[in-house]
Amino acid sequence: MSVLVLAETDGKQLKPSTYQALTAAQAWQLPVDILVYGSELDAATTAARQLNGVRRVLVAQAKHLQHPLVEDVQELVLSIASQYTHILSAHSVFDKSVVPGIAARLDIAPVTDVIEIRAPDTYVRPAYAGNILSTIENPQPLQIITVRATAFKPAALREGNGVDAELVVIDVPPTRGLSQWIGEQLTHSDRPELNTARVVIAGGRSLGEQFDALLNPIAEQLDAAIGATRACVDAGFAANDLQVGQTGTIIAPELYIAVGISGAMQHLAGIKDSKIIVAINHDPDAPIFKHADYGLVADLFTALPELTGALQQH
Amino acid sequence: MKVLVAIKHAIDPNVKPNIDPGTGQVDIAQVKKAINPFDEISLEEAVRLKEQGQVSEIIAVAIGGADAKDSLRHAYALGADRALLIETETKPQPLAVAKLLKVIVEREQPQLIFLGKQAVGEDYGQTGQMLAALLGVGVGTFASAIELNGDQVVVTREVDKGTQTLSLKLPAIVTADLRLNEPRFIKLPNLMMAKKKVIETLAAGDLGVDLAPRFRVVGNSEPQQKPGAIQLASVQELVAKLRQAEVLQ
Repeated sequence: MSVLVLAETDGKQLKPSTYQALTAAQAWQLPVDILVYGSELDAATTAARQLNGVRRVLVAQAKHLQHPLVEDVQELVLSIASQYTHILSAHSVFDKSVVPGIAARLDIAPVTDVIEIRAPDTYVRPAYAGNILSTIENPQPLQIITVRATAFKPAALREGNGVDAELVVIDVPPTRGLSQWIGEQLTHSDRPELNTARVVIAGGRSLGEQFDALLNPIAEQLDAAIGATRACVDAGFAANDLQVGQTGTIIAPELYIAVGISGAMQHLAGIKDSKIIVAINHDPDAPIFKHADYGLVADLFTALPELTGALQQH
Repeated sequence: MKVLVAIKHAIDPNVKPNIDPGTGQVDIAQVKKAINPFDEISLEEAVRLKEQGQVSEIIAVAIGGADAKDSLRHAYALGADRALLIETETKPQPLAVAKLLKVIVEREQPQLIFLGKQAVGEDYGQTGQMLAALLGVGVGTFASAIELNGDQVVVTREVDKGTQTLSLKLPAIVTADLRLNEPRFIKLPNLMMAKKKVIETLAAGDLGVDLAPRFRVVGNSEPQQKPGAIQLASVQELVAKLRQAEVLQ
């Protein structure tokens, strides 16, 4: 019995969610192999070999994996799946597109968006916009799981002078040619990713045209990702991919600062696992205060520049 | 070109369901249900393609109890040409749903298949990807824009930090994200007309698909709530608290 973890890279480095997925995989106390795929893998492979709890690093390098396509990664994983009793990945945008298809091809129902592995076949996952935590018993012979990365700590580097994990180069099946990568339009690539950022500051519609001017300086100070409410995105003050909530990105940072956000249910569903929640709002009755750790009733247009100043002094 | 749109009769996204203390299961029997919002977006996209003359027929397919006919009538009112209910009293899991849809796709041979990126409720978000894998066709998940181009569909997808554009060979599957479009308001005469239309019904048990659940939801609980915010008097006090909590680097 052994576990296969699907790594994800940003083209060169392992993404933070891979480290978290690796921690989740230790719950079974079985040998863990990690599959790294792409066209340029030196950095990612080196990092993976030094991580705690890795038996082997499987390297799948091919030109057509430069911009990995769902169908090609499925084919790659299926080519080695029979060696494993457990397949696990982060519930990232890419892997949640990939993993259900792998499971279907193997006639297995996957358990997705898991936040706790309670026993070898028992998982906890949120449902109903995070209002319910469901416990799932999964008796299938192959466990196919995606985990909400932020619910797990990142795996650490191996301590001392341990030996690097074994490296195994594997054959890559040819592209299936069902889809083709055309391009990417990345907007704010200098910021951490919303779903794995340590700090997130998000704004509501009331920030209006001032959205960037007010939030950017604070985000810079805190190395934070910027988020927005659905209403704020709908109004055109923030880009689509900034939306935090049930229908946008679900986050669980160490620190979440909600600015001018009233606290609609679908927004709360996306933030409730944040460790510390700060709400700044001019309305003392805003529902967000019931779900926050610290509240500040203030005019946003004076409080935010003041916060920028106070953080600078730090 | 024929388009198939999968419709789920789902619970109202604004309702917080309760856990039945007797069974430990989520009680949705009394909760108001309607067409899953992401499926409505899918259907709207299909209707727009038809209005542009790129699509000839839209088939809406739902899997569920007799009450799911309400969502299929909604689909008719929005612009579907045909509606099909695969009737089942049990609640099939996504793998079984994908297999049922595969049977219909093989019968109808649509070139483009739309699903919502997820359904309100269990929030599994798996069915579209599974259906694509079972059919051996390409999938564009989390679509925020699509364009038909000869024998391809070009899909703009919402990804981390921006968007990605893929071109998929038809037939293909697209799962709709929130901003693919804004579904139109349905006019009353359309709703009245929809009531008269025929909904073809098939029994799920007759389609040769294993409907048995593969995993079991054995319990449910509500997540812990925070006790409520400590109200602070100033920005200075806030920064002091955050320093104390060691969340500032």
